[in-house]
Amino acid sequence: MSRFLVKSELPYCKGCGHHLIVRNTVKALEAIGMEPLDVVLVTDIGCHGIVDGNFATHTVHGLHGRSVALAAGIAMGLPPEKKVIVYIGDGGATIGLQHILEAARMNVDITVVLHNNMLYGMTGGQPSGLTPTGFRTVLTPQGYPLPHHDIPRLVLDAGAPFAARVIAPGDFADVLRQALEVEGFSLVEVLGICVSYGVKMNPDLRLKELARQAGYEPGVWTGPTRPAFRPARRETTSLLETLAVSQRYSSPLEGRLTLILGGSAGEGVQQAAELLAQAAMSAGLYATKKGSYPVTVGVGFSVAEVVLSRTPIFYHGVSQPDAVIITSADGLANQRERIHPMKGGILWLDESLPVPETGAEVRVRDFRGRAGARNAGLYALLTFLRETGVVPPEAFVKTVQESPLGKHVDLAAL
Amino acid sequence: MHPTHPVLTDGSRLIAEACVRAGADAYVGYPITPASLIFFYASRRFPIALPAPDEITALQWMAGLSAAGHLPVTATSFPGFALMVESVNMAYMMELPMLVILVQRLGPATGTATAGAQGDLLLLNGLISGGYPLPVLCISDLEDCWRLPPIALQTAVDLRTPVVLLTSKEMVMTQESFDLARLEEISPVRRTFYEGPGPYCAYDAGDGLVPPFVPVGDGRHQVRLNASTHDRCGIIRHTSDEAMANTRRLEAKVETMTPILYTLDEQEGAETLVVTCDITTGAAREAVETLRAEGVPVSLLVARTLLPVPTVYHDIIGRYPRAVIAEENHQGQLARLLFGRRLPPNVRTVTAVGRMIRPDEIAREVTR
Repeated sequence: MSRFLVKSELPYCKGCGHHLIVRNTVKALEAIGMEPLDVVLVTDIGCHGIVDGNFATHTVHGLHGRSVALAAGIAMGLPPEKKVIVYIGDGGATIGLQHILEAARMNVDITVVLHNNMLYGMTGGQPSGLTPTGFRTVLTPQGYPLPHHDIPRLVLDAGAPFAARVIAPGDFADVLRQALEVEGFSLVEVLGICVSYGVKMNPDLRLKELARQAGYEPGVWTGPTRPAFRPARRETTSLLETLAVSQRYSSPLEGRLTLILGGSAGEGVQQAAELLAQAAMSAGLYATKKGSYPVTVGVGFSVAEVVLSRTPIFYHGVSQPDAVIITSADGLANQRERIHPMKGGILWLDESLPVPETGAEVRVRDFRGRAGARNAGLYALLTFLRETGVVPPEAFVKTVQESPLGKHVDLAAL
Repeated sequence: MHPTHPVLTDGSRLIAEACVRAGADAYVGYPITPASLIFFYASRRFPIALPAPDEITALQWMAGLSAAGHLPVTATSFPGFALMVESVNMAYMMELPMLVILVQRLGPATGTATAGAQGDLLLLNGLISGGYPLPVLCISDLEDCWRLPPIALQTAVDLRTPVVLLTSKEMVMTQESFDLARLEEISPVRRTFYEGPGPYCAYDAGDGLVPPFVPVGDGRHQVRLNASTHDRCGIIRHTSDEAMANTRRLEAKVETMTPILYTLDEQEGAETLVVTCDITTGAAREAVETLRAEGVPVSLLVARTLLPVPTVYHDIIGRYPRAVIAEENHQGQLARLLFGRRLPPNVRTVTAVGRMIRPDEIAREVTR
C-alpha cells in the first residue's frame, strides 16, 4: 500500500471512477517524491469527500463547494514547500464556481482535482452545471436541456497556468503529476459517469462517446506562467501615532453645546466638523463628531452632529441642537424636521436658501458665495465660532492649517 | 483631570490596533458599511491583509489561515454576516479560532447601511445549527474597543472557536475625544501548539474540554479537520457515541469557558436597575448620572458577554424590584434573550429603531 494511504479499500461504489482518481493521485504524489505530511488534502461534500479517512496526508473536510476557497486560505497560510490538493465534485464546482475562478485569477498555489461524474451523486442524481446536454437524470428524464460549463476553459481564461481534462478509465497519473508540479493554480477535470444514477438513467451511453458528443474534449492546456500568490508578512506601524491633539487654547464653554452642520455630500461637511472637534479639543473641551449621510457617495445630504462639552461625553446623539448650520439645499431638506420644532438656539443659514419655519433665531450668511461649495462648511463653522466664541476662531484656523486641508484652503483669509 | 494623550478617534482604529497588538496576524475583508472603516485600518496595520471577493470566501480563507496556524480577523455587517453563517458553523465544528466583528446596522435585509442598530442579537443566539452557543462579546465604549478584542482573540484561541465581537455603526464610526493614556498595554495572546510525541488526534480533548491544536501542514503529526460529524480523530461518523460526545463537548466548552464580562455600577437604595449594552451604554450612563444628580438612586448593568447569557445577569436583575432594559431595536432583543417573549411585570424596555436611544427616554422609564 502506498505511504499516502492508511487503508486501501476506498469508500466508493463498485465501478465508480473516483477509485481511479485516488489511485492516480497517490501515484502522482509518489512520482514527485513528496512526503504525506507535506500534503494537505481538502475535500468537501459529495461522494469524493468521504475518502479523507483513507489518506495519510493532512485532511480537511469542509462545506459543499467551498473547498477551493478553504484550500486557498490554507495555501496562503503555509510555506511553499507544502502541497495543497482539492477534491471537488461537479456539484461543488457549480456552487463554488466563483471560488475556482478567483483562485485561478489569483494563481493561488493549489491543485484542484474535479470529479465530474455528470450529476449530484450523494443527493440522488440531480443535474449540475456540468451535466452535459441530453444527459438523463432523475429530474430530467428526457435529457438535460442546457449546455455545461467548461471548467478548464474558464480557469484558463481567469489566468490559470495549467488546466487539463482526462477521461477516467486509464492511467492519468502523469497529468496529475504535471498539475502538482505547477507552482500556482492547476486544475484537472476527471470525467466519469456516476455508476449509481448516471449509468442507470443512461444505460446505453459510453463515457468516451458522451464526452465527444458533449464537447468534453480531453487535453492538457497551459496559460502564461506567473508567480504563485503568497501574501507576504509586512512590517506595519501603529495606528495611534501622530494623533495627539495638544491643548493650546481655552474655551469659555462651561456646560455642553450641540451643533448640527448640514450640507451636501462631497462638500467636506464631515471633514469640517472633524476639524471643529479637534479645534475644540485644542481649547480644552471634550468633543464628539457623528456623521449621517445616505448610502450614495457624492450625492445627497451630509450631516454632522458635533457635541462640545466641558465634561466627558457619554451620549453623543443630538436631540435638541443649540446650533444648526446649513450650507446647502440638501442639508436644509434633511434637517427641516429638526429645525421646525426648535424653540431656541440659533440657525445659521446660507443666503441662497429659503428661511424655514422655526423658533430658533435665524442668521442668514453668505457661506457658499464667499467660500465656494467645497469650503462652505469650513467657512460656516468659522463664522459660527467668530459669532459665538465657543472655541477661539484662531484655534479652528490653526487646526485647519495643520491638517492636510491646510495646503488648499486659506481659511484665515476668508 | 486633564487627559494626557488626547486624540480624536473612532472605535474602528482602536479595534484594528488592539487586534494586531494582541497577535492577530491576518485580516480578511470584504467592504460593507459600516464595517469598512475597520477594513481600512486593518489594511494598513495587519501583517497580512487580504481583500476577499465575497463574504463566503472571506470566512473560508480565514478558516484556511486558521487551520494553518494564523489568527484571522474580519469585520462585517448583517448582509455580509448572513453569507458567512454556514462558514462560521464550519469553523465552529472544525474548532478553528478566529474573530468576526459584527457591526450592526439598520435592517431588515439591506435596510439602511448608514444607520446604526442593535438588531442582530437574536440572530446570533441560535446561529449554530443545533443551538450550540457561540461566544459573543459586545463593545460598549471606546475603552472596550481596545480592551475587548484581545479578550475575544484569547477566547478564540483558548476555546478553539470563532468568536463574535458585536458592535454597531456609531460605536465604530463616531469620532470622540479620548485619552490614549487610559489604555493599558496589550500583551499578545498566549498560544501554544501541541508538540508531544503523539499520536495526535485533532479533537481529543483528554480530560479537558478543548483539544490541543496543531496546524495542518505540520511535519510530525497528521491533522484531520472536519466540518461534518466526526470522531475525536476527525474522521467522519454518522452518530456514533464518540462523535456525539465530541459534538456535545463543543457546547460544554463554550458554556463553561467563555469569559463573563460586565460592569455593575450599583447605588445604595436603588430600586431600579438599568440594563444595557453596545452604543446604548452611553445614553444609559448619562441617564444614570442625571438621575443620581436629581437624587434618584439607580443602578446600571452594562453587559459585555452577551452569549452564552451569563446566569449572573438574572441574579443581579433579581435583586432589584424593577429593571429597565434599553436597546436599539424594535423587539427588545436583549430583554427577550433574558426573559423570553413574556417579560416579567417588573421588567420594562426602552427601544428605538433608526435612531439612538436618548438618555431622557431611559430616565423617564426609570422614574415612571
